[in-house]
Parts: sequence; structure tokens; C-alpha cells
Amino acid sequence: MDNRDVETTPGRPLPPRAPAEVAQTSLLRFVLNGEPVIVASPAHWSLLEVLRYQLRLTGTKQGCDKGDCGACTVLLDGRPINSCLLLALEVEGRAVQTVEGLGVGGTPHALQRSFDRAGAAQCGFCTPGMLMSAEALLEGKRARGDTTIDTAEIAEALSGNLCRCTGYTKILSAVADAWRATS
Amino acid sequence: MSAAPPYTHVGGDHAKLDAADRLTGVAAFADDLTLPRMLHAKILRSPHAHARIVTIDVSRAEALPGVLATVLGAEMPATYGVIPWTPDEQALATDKVRYVGDALAAVAAVDEETATAALALIDVVYEVLPALCDPRAAMANQDVLIHEQNRHGNVSKRVKLAFGDVDEALASGVHRISGHYEYPGSTHAALEPHCALAHVESNGLLTIWSATQVPHYLHRELSRVLGLPTWKVRVIQPPVGGAFGGKSEPFDLEFVVAKLAQKTGRPVKCLYTREEVFLAHRGRHPFSMDYELALDAEGHILAVDGHTVLDGGAYSSFGLVTTYYSGQLLCSPYTFGTYRFQSTRVYTNKPACGPKRGHGSVQPRFAIEVQLDKGAALLGIDPIALRRRNLLGADSRTVNGFHVGSNGFAECLDQVELHSGWRTRRGKLPYGRGLGVAGSTYISGTNYCIYPTDLPQAAVQICLDRSGRVRLFTGASDIGQGSNTTLAVIAAEHLGVELEDVRVVAADTDLCPVDLGAYSSRQTLMAGNACVMAASKLAKEVRKAVAEAWGCSAKLVTLASRRAQRIDDPATFMSIQDAFQLAEVAIGTLGSVGHYQTPREGVHSDYRGGTIGASPAYSFSAHVAEVEVDTDTGDVTVLRVWAAHDCGRALSPVLVEGQIEGSVYMGVAEAVMEHHYVMPTGLNGDGNPRNSGPGVAGLLAASSLLDYPIPTTLDTPEIHAIIVEAPDPRGPFGAKEAGEGPLHPAIPAVANAVFDAIGIRIDALPITPEKVLAALDAQAAAAADRHGGRAHA
Repeated sequence: MDNRDVETTPGRPLPPRAPAEVAQTSLLRFVLNGEPVIVASPAHWSLLEVLRYQLRLTGTKQGCDKGDCGACTVLLDGRPINSCLLLALEVEGRAVQTVEGLGVGGTPHALQRSFDRAGAAQCGFCTPGMLMSAEALLEGKRARGDTTIDTAEIAEALSGNLCRCTGYTKILSAVADAWRATS
Repeated sequence: MSAAPPYTHVGGDHAKLDAADRLTGVAAFADDLTLPRMLHAKILRSPHAHARIVTIDVSRAEALPGVLATVLGAEMPATYGVIPWTPDEQALATDKVRYVGDALAAVAAVDEETATAALALIDVVYEVLPALCDPRAAMANQDVLIHEQNRHGNVSKRVKLAFGDVDEALASGVHRISGHYEYPGSTHAALEPHCALAHVESNGLLTIWSATQVPHYLHRELSRVLGLPTWKVRVIQPPVGGAFGGKSEPFDLEFVVAKLAQKTGRPVKCLYTREEVFLAHRGRHPFSMDYELALDAEGHILAVDGHTVLDGGAYSSFGLVTTYYSGQLLCSPYTFGTYRFQSTRVYTNKPACGPKRGHGSVQPRFAIEVQLDKGAALLGIDPIALRRRNLLGADSRTVNGFHVGSNGFAECLDQVELHSGWRTRRGKLPYGRGLGVAGSTYISGTNYCIYPTDLPQAAVQICLDRSGRVRLFTGASDIGQGSNTTLAVIAAEHLGVELEDVRVVAADTDLCPVDLGAYSSRQTLMAGNACVMAASKLAKEVRKAVAEAWGCSAKLVTLASRRAQRIDDPATFMSIQDAFQLAEVAIGTLGSVGHYQTPREGVHSDYRGGTIGASPAYSFSAHVAEVEVDTDTGDVTVLRVWAAHDCGRALSPVLVEGQIEGSVYMGVAEAVMEHHYVMPTGLNGDGNPRNSGPGVAGLLAASSLLDYPIPTTLDTPEIHAIIVEAPDPRGPFGAKEAGEGPLHPAIPAVANAVFDAIGIRIDALPITPEKVLAALDAQAAAAADRHGGRAHA
């Protein structure tokens, strides 16, 4: 085994530290999908990195890592954000919801059911982020007491989530269907 | 259209087999996979468009703590190419780099950050060479060669074919239309970046998980380049997050993770950054096209004569095929009296171009459909009427010798004419708003494999178990288009089970029989036919065993809805589980295989190149687009597209609609937005080309999903997908392709609608506000001239 393998070389003098080791790590506490979690996070990591690499919640996807595509959309206190652009430590004490938190106890969420029926997921890579933006829209409308929905407002709410497969047609109708099914 | 036979699943309203996993975040894409002790790889890429590699020194990188290994091209120097006739690539460049982004070294480290830091410690001395970024300049330049071993200078491929006496036909035409068209190049931009993970088992078996759409071709090339027998390499395709042709050949990362896994004895993963995805490219070629069209007095097509220059980028990729397709796929759905084309693909110092959805034929289709529109205007007839006068029809032969079986194109035209309100609206909308039409065709797979072989193109293995379930093994590649679901539909239809009773195990070269993969729109027809063969064999055995138990003819036994049932006595039935068990008692464990080989007789003519572009069956599409042009800003808004597509038979109508909608979206984007733009020359103030740093010649200008604008929900038109079914005798249940054909007409339909809206032709894509405003100015100036005045005095 190579003596530069910092993880697995017993009995030899330790080499200088790797860049990743130098990073400061903090304990981060927040509410994830309704449950309190405590996780060690390097100070420079994004929320996306902590979700995917520390917590192994890989439902949230990385499409560009610079806030252009929306595949990493999660809800922070109910609002959709690009988790690749948010430093993880900023969610201290706050509530994060990911696609894994949609639906309860194996029962799919209304949006997941309507996406399934409509064929709104082709490759499915943008889908988790798309679902979270849609969830924010529908929950927001419910909170405001809205009684109707139109395609233009759905399109506006999902305009930060790129999809390369569907042409959005079935996604827009699936969101409207989910709204009708639950209101 | 024939009446729909009474199928249980075929044509039914069903969701995708694996949708639930993709909707809950459970589906594990390549980057979601992790193995114990896994390392991360990063790849060093050239900052120069064209340079000789004088020396590479990795010693400083190797000394960085956390770095486990490096790899250089010399360790796997074999040249390869997805097309075996044009092997001009190496996993990592050894002597020369040929575009900004060409790979030449890689590092494996404990994490991505360390690997990235190590790349900066690799010392490379380059001898910078002149960069050739324009195909015509590259063709003319005999001094600077991008591939020194190439026998034709910087020409990567040239094809000249002629059918009939084109010159005479051109001379006899009453109407001659000449046009010059430019397609600028675009890229796939699948949402999932390329990613690969390699692991060497203790017995030496190398396993690669990769976001690929061609596990079989990747398997072959890995074996070749790594010098391993194919049985020591296993390729597994996890769920893929979109591909569109952008994952249809081997990429540097797959070789790199394999080699680094061998060197370190640990699993190694590499995930492309978004910028690397844009650099990997293999997208739609920039085409520069000149077309001459001759029509008789009634508008019949007497001659088409095309000259095309393809900007190939740094490597061949599928370019040999692209060059043929650029001419060969144009001879339908219209009858050409005579036809000639000359296409020349040229190497340039840019990311290599390859196949993007509608490989090779989207660009010339744009040109020919606009030519026809110009012809209709010249004759003063309706553009749909002109197309109807030239219909090729079913069971026909194209001028270049392809046999066309079923053909629903006439109905596609009828449908879009009806649904768009064409007759009452076209030419009658207010200034600034217009309708345009276009048609097209596409292949349902290529008649021949890309390497010479008599082996079948597709295969399926099916096992039935005692619980009444079906296991289906296939090499077919589901990249989101839903081939797993399509195969389950076929198996369930034959075997009388429900879709959820079918478990599909796909795209694992160790477990599944070979299928050539998801390219050229081949999965439904080819894997589908293999599935029909495997499933019908088993269905026959099950029905025979049940018939024996009931003392009747097997013809009287039907399998449907988890039951075996007597057709003449519906009260007599048993569960499918019991039926499977009866058959197992009768003949033993239940399994079968099916394969598909393309027809070898009568599908094409016998001339050099005459097999390229031939397919067992062809799909047809017609679109009408409605646009609005803002004459103050030059903005073109595509409001609606009606897209009718003849897919033979829609095995899963929701999936077919999804393919039509996605195709229209992608085509519209190419019409008005997208441009994979590589800076042709550097930006030095002294007029000399700059060879490195910002503004370098050959630098990709739009390398993010912000700079390369793909449409959002707000940019996408209302899309009306219309399924037309002209069942083809060569397709499973009559099915043909749906994944690529419906992209083609979107671009010319938009261009033709812009003409209807403002009377202006924009023949160089994309149709941007700048071009529209410039054309409006020119239009106004010409009008002023005609009236004896001067515009904008």
C-alpha cells in the first residue's frame, strides 16, 4: 500500500495534512424532514454536500453545482432554495425538507402520485427538485387560502428548475392535478 | 388507421415501471453510488486548443498528501473510436491536445478537493500550435494538421452520392430555389453530468458503473484500451439522468476510473463538472449548407442538390455516420425525382461533435423544409398542399434505395392542419404572428451494427417463476425514455401478467444478453421484437400445458389479467400462477430467449454507403408552429406547436407523448435559443490569435447552464402531441420509433412561421433578436429603395 494513503497506513509517521483535513468541521443541528439531526459538517460545505455525502440522502441531485439548474432544490423553512448555493452551517436551527420527506410512511405524496399518473418524470433527475418547488407553491397557496390555480403561476414557480426530457408539459399538468386532488 | 385490437397492456394507460423510484429519490444514479474506501478522480484538461505535449511531470502531484495515484496517456495509449473505422482518440492524450478541454492526465485522491488541488501540481510543457477553429480554413490549411496520420489533411470524411441525372433535372425545373443555411451547433445538456465508478474484484474482474447509453460499446472499448479480455470487464448502467446522444460513446472518465482502480486496488469515482459536460460535448454538428431545389410547374420535386460542410471538432466520434446521414436521411417523406449530395466533415480544434437526438438529419431537414416553404411561396400554393403533392407513401422506395414500409405522414399533415386551424388562420393572422409547417422522417434503429458482425442486434431472456412473476433480462438501455416499461408491456401482453409482475433487469453486461444500446431510436423496435420472440415462445408452452389439462386445443387458451382462460368458455379459468406451474411440470424450469436481427433483403440498395441510414422501419412527423415576433425587440416567441407523429403503434401512449413533447421542446430551443459557441479566434488587441488564458482561440464561450440557455417553463411553448398510428409489419405490435423523429420538424416549422409572421427568412440559426432586427432593417431599406426613397434617412 502506498505510504501517501493517509487513511490506512499504520505504523508510519503521518504525512502533512491533506487539504480536506485542514478544513474546520462543526457540529450542525437542524430539523430534517421533521426529525432533529446533528451532523458534522466541514465549514465550507454546502447544504447539498452535507445532505448527499454526510447524511447519504442522495435523492437531492447535483446538476451544475452553481445554482443554474435547480436539481438540488430543497425547502428551507418552507421556501425553495438551491442547496448547492447555501453553506450548510447556515441551516443551523432551521427546518429543511428534501424529496425523502415527501409522503409519509410509504404513502406517496399527492404530487408524486400525480407525476406518476401523468408520466411527468422521464429520466427523473430533475424530478426531486421539481417536486420540492411544486410543493412550496402548493403549500404557499394553501397558506394564503387560494382556491384556484392556473398554468402561468405553476410555470412561474417551476421556472428555476430545468428539465431536459419532458418539455414541461406533463409536469405543469401534474402539478395542477395534485392541487385539484388535495383542495 | 386500423381499429385497435383488444390488447390488455399495449396502448394502455400505464405509468412507468420504475417511476416510483425516480419520484421518491430512491433511484440510485451513478453519482449516488458509494463503495467502501472509494477514491475520487479528477482529470487534467488542456488550456490550449492545439498543442504538442513536450513533457508532463506528475511528481509534485503525487507528493501531495491524500493523492493515491496518477495516470497518464502512455499507460493506456491504444487509440479507439466508437466507429471502428476511425479510431483517432486516446483515453488521455499522449502527444498532442486538440481542443481546449482535451484530457491528458488524471489523479485519484481521498476526496475531490484533494484531487483538484493535485491537478494544479501537474507540470506540463506545451508547444503551442496554431488553432484551427473554422472548418473552411481548416480544410484549406495543409500545413497545420490536427491528426497527422489522417490521409486527407484536415478532412475527416467526405461523401458524394448521386441518384439520377441531377443536372438535367435541375435544368428542366420551372422553379429553381437556391438557399444557404447555417446550423450553429448545439449540445445535449442532460441534467445528470457524466459519472463513472470502477471497482476491481479480488478475482481481477473490473466492474464499471457508468452513466452511459451504450453499455455494450463501452464494454468493447474498455476491454480494448485496457488490454483486458471482455469477460474480465463488466459494465453496469445505473438509472441515467438523460442522455440524448451525449452518452453514446466511451469518455475519458470511464478509462480513467478503471485504470486508477487497477492501480490503487480501491474503487474510484469520477463525476464531471458541468463545464466538463459541455467540453465532452459530442453534440449536434455545426452545418453550413447550400441547397438547390427544382420544382415543376405543379410543384413536384424534380431535383435536390446539396453541399454541406460539417464542423466536426477534434475527433471523429460518430462523424463517419453523421456525414452519410446528412444526405441519406433526407429522401423521405417526399419523392425526389433526382438527388445528389456532397458532405464534408472537417476536423477543427473544438470539442468533438457527434450524435444528438435526430443524429445527422436535423440540420438538413431544417434546410429542405424551408426550401419547400420558399417553393410554395414561389408557386403561390399552400405549403401543406405542396407537401401533399410530393408524398412518398407506404410500401415505397426512396430515390436512394431505402424501402419504406408503413407511412402515416399524410395523416400527420391532416392532423396538424386540422388542430392548428391552418386553413382559416394561416396567412390571415395579424402582422407579427404566423403559422409554419414542416415534416420529417426518422429511422427505427440502423439496419447494421456500427462494427461488422452477423450477430443479433438485440436479445431478451425471460424466466417465469412459480409465483406467477416474470423476470426479463435485457441489454437494452433505459435512459429515461422508458424502454424497461416498453419491454414489460410486451412481456405482460404475451404472458397474461400485470406490469408490476415483470421485473426488468437491464443493461448489465454480466447478467444480460447483448443489446447495442439506446441510440438511433432502436430500442422499441429491436429489443421489442426480441422480447416478442422470447415471450411468445413461453406463452405457447404455458397455453399448451393448460390446454392439456383442460383437454382442449391450445388455440382456445388465452393468457390475460393474471389468468389463463378458455376463449369459448370464459367460466373456465385458472390463475396465471397455476398455469405457469402446469407448464413447469410439463417441460421443466421455464425460460426462453429471443433475439432480433434486421432484415437483410430488400431494405436498401447495393451501393457503397447504401446501407448507412437504412432501417427496418421509418417514423414520420409533421408539425405546425405558431409564433409571435416582436418587431421592436426582435424577440421570437413560439406560442404553440402541434406535433403529429406516426410511431406505428403506441405501446405506451403516455411515454410516446412524452417523447413528442420533449422532442418539440428541444427542437424549438435549437430554433431560437441554443448555440454551443466556441470562440473562433482569440481576443488579443494586436490582432494576433491568443493561444492561452482568457479569450484563447477555441475556448468554449458558454460552458454553464446559465450561459448556454436551455428553455425554462417560461420559454417553452404550449405543445400539443398527436399520436398517429400506421402499424409497421416489421415492428413489435407494429411499433416504430418515437424518441428522435419528432424533433426534426420543430426547427423549420418555427422558421417558416416567422416568415408567415413578418415576411422574413432567417436561414442561419438560431433565430435571435439581433438577426430579426437586422433583417427587418434590410426589409425596410429594400422597400424604401423600391419606392425611390432611402430608408432611415
